[in-house]
Amino acid sequence: MGLAGKMAEESSRIDAGAGPGPRQAAPADGDVPLLRIDKVAKKFGTFRAVDGVSLDIAAGEFFALLGPSGCGKTTLLRMLAGFETPDEGRILLGGRDIAQVLPHERPINMMFQNYALFPHLSVRDNIAFGLKRAGMARGEIAARVAEMVALVKLDGLEKRKPDQLSGGQKQRVALARSLARRPQVLLLDEPLAALDKKLRESTQGELMELQRRLGMTFIVVTHDQEEAMTMASRIGVMDSGRLEQVATPHELYEAPNSRWIAGFVGDVNLFDGEITSRDNHRLTIATRDAGTLVVAEPRNPVTKPNVSVAIRPEKVKLSLRGPATDAINGSSINRLDGVVAEVCYLGGSTNYKLKLDSGSHLRSSIANTARIDIDAYGVNQHVVAWFAPDDCLVLEQ
Amino acid sequence: MSARRIFARPARLAAIAPYLWLLLFFLVPFGFVLKISLSQTAIAQPPYTPLFDLGGGWTEIRSAFAALSLDNFKLLVSDDLYVLSYVRSLYVAVASTFMLLLIGYPIAYGMARLPRRWQAVAMVLVIVPFWTSFLIRIYAWINILQHDGLLNQILLALRLVPSPVVWLSTDSAMYLGIVYSYLPFMILPLYATLARMEPAIEEAAADLGAAPWQVFWLVTFPLSLPGVAAGALLCFIPIIGEFVIPDLLAGSNALMIGQTLWLEFFTNKDWPVASATAIVLLIVLLVPLLLYERLQRRQLEEAR
Repeated sequence: MGLAGKMAEESSRIDAGAGPGPRQAAPADGDVPLLRIDKVAKKFGTFRAVDGVSLDIAAGEFFALLGPSGCGKTTLLRMLAGFETPDEGRILLGGRDIAQVLPHERPINMMFQNYALFPHLSVRDNIAFGLKRAGMARGEIAARVAEMVALVKLDGLEKRKPDQLSGGQKQRVALARSLARRPQVLLLDEPLAALDKKLRESTQGELMELQRRLGMTFIVVTHDQEEAMTMASRIGVMDSGRLEQVATPHELYEAPNSRWIAGFVGDVNLFDGEITSRDNHRLTIATRDAGTLVVAEPRNPVTKPNVSVAIRPEKVKLSLRGPATDAINGSSINRLDGVVAEVCYLGGSTNYKLKLDSGSHLRSSIANTARIDIDAYGVNQHVVAWFAPDDCLVLEQ
Repeated sequence: MSARRIFARPARLAAIAPYLWLLLFFLVPFGFVLKISLSQTAIAQPPYTPLFDLGGGWTEIRSAFAALSLDNFKLLVSDDLYVLSYVRSLYVAVASTFMLLLIGYPIAYGMARLPRRWQAVAMVLVIVPFWTSFLIRIYAWINILQHDGLLNQILLALRLVPSPVVWLSTDSAMYLGIVYSYLPFMILPLYATLARMEPAIEEAAADLGAAPWQVFWLVTFPLSLPGVAAGALLCFIPIIGEFVIPDLLAGSNALMIGQTLWLEFFTNKDWPVASATAIVLLIVLLVPLLLYERLQRRQLEEAR
């Protein structure tokens, strides 16, 4: 246990009562969450940037706000930091409404998208800026800065100005500066967007490690679904100012609650159709483009007859002649005939686009588990695609 | 590098064009002024002794150099009039620049914080006085400030003063005229610096616990210093040599160096002393310019 370990201990002492929790899914009922966003709305003119968002975030969570650009996620983050004031609703931090509290009086810090480092101050003074404002003693400031520099591995760069740093180093300074005050909540606005791919991936891991060791609450805003899935313990997906779904990465991917989310998070095949019969937890759906499909009945009962069947590409298997039997574990399997229209080799997997007899397309992603793949299919080859009812999702239209 | 290589490419020609311009329109005239400042007054046309005659050959030039005199410069030091003019000019320029900064900074700051659309409008409002001749605007001020002018009429109508106040021909009128005339030159470079500043940097300061006044003093102001330096220099240098405004608005008890220059040239017809005055003024002005230049170079080196 290094410096970070000590810091985690100490910060848990400081935040007594709201100490670091485990990587939990959602705050338990009855518990007061660290942060409660209650029916918050923000308008710019007549445009509702954030439209009635309610959300609880527990202490120690790594939460991601995910959505396309303009969905309101940044506005929501700025309201948490205090740069925007909500028009409606409350923001409760440890039970206290902070919606009207000015930014410099909030125990919340933010790491800005383009880092917003102070160009006229050295790395050391950038990190010390918030500590000086807090009225800390000089010796204490020096110790904390040294701790932060070690934590983000910036040793030897303390006297540099931001202009003399690389992109990755600036990112670390921004992180150290926002962590230095040991905020109750750390907001990260697209923290990795300005880094190149390799650096982004390694920094993702470091951010997770840091968050776990410090036991701090992180809220990250991102438009990159892979980034959100990798780092966060829970993800809130936003669209047009509304929070569409809050779930763990696994839930979000395997049980999206709308067509839009199914398409936004990962790749998906969608077939519109009508429920024709239901028995023994199985729905039979007559689709327009893929014939009759049998799917597992979802936990939440489907009320409308018009539905969409969603199936992820990696759950669609391909073979030349189809499965040996038409039933697996006693339930029938969906099979579709088609012709390979496109092959996209990605190394770890190969993406196929099939043209079905109905004329519509079906995508399938096959993991390349062997170096010499005798099962590769070529364009124009006739194949059978099949998938289990349990792998399908039924979404209302 | 031979001349042929210098002129080999149009780009190089473009690079030496500003130097040619300076040589032709600054260095050569400066040589003339320097020459006049070292010669003696004479009742003649032009009113100074020719220093040398190129027609006279090499010996003539050598004897002319031997006759060079620094008498004019000695006069500048020995006579109070000149020293006082320089001191007053410096004082007026420093005081005016300070006032301009005090008035111009809030205006520029406010402009930079306006919505984009209104920034353009504010910019036009700052520039619009330039569409009227400078001299006409100063005469308009005379009109406003004179004994029965607009200002006194308003003050009397509002019963704020019992009798007309003397505004014209005072230092206050001069400062008013200077600040009014030079304000755009202070506002524009300040505005340019402030408008370019990333708003997130100020937000970051607030986020880290800085109260609004701390955000200003610790972040906004230090980052706007290049604009402050540019605006101050852009005002300070011409104000030192300012002639029209003090001549029209200030009283006649104390002169600025520009007025002294005018007096020597046109009233006393003493071109050599006037030239010496101009050269000393130039040297006085070079000091802040060199300081600014060094500051800028240091900033560039830091940025690298």
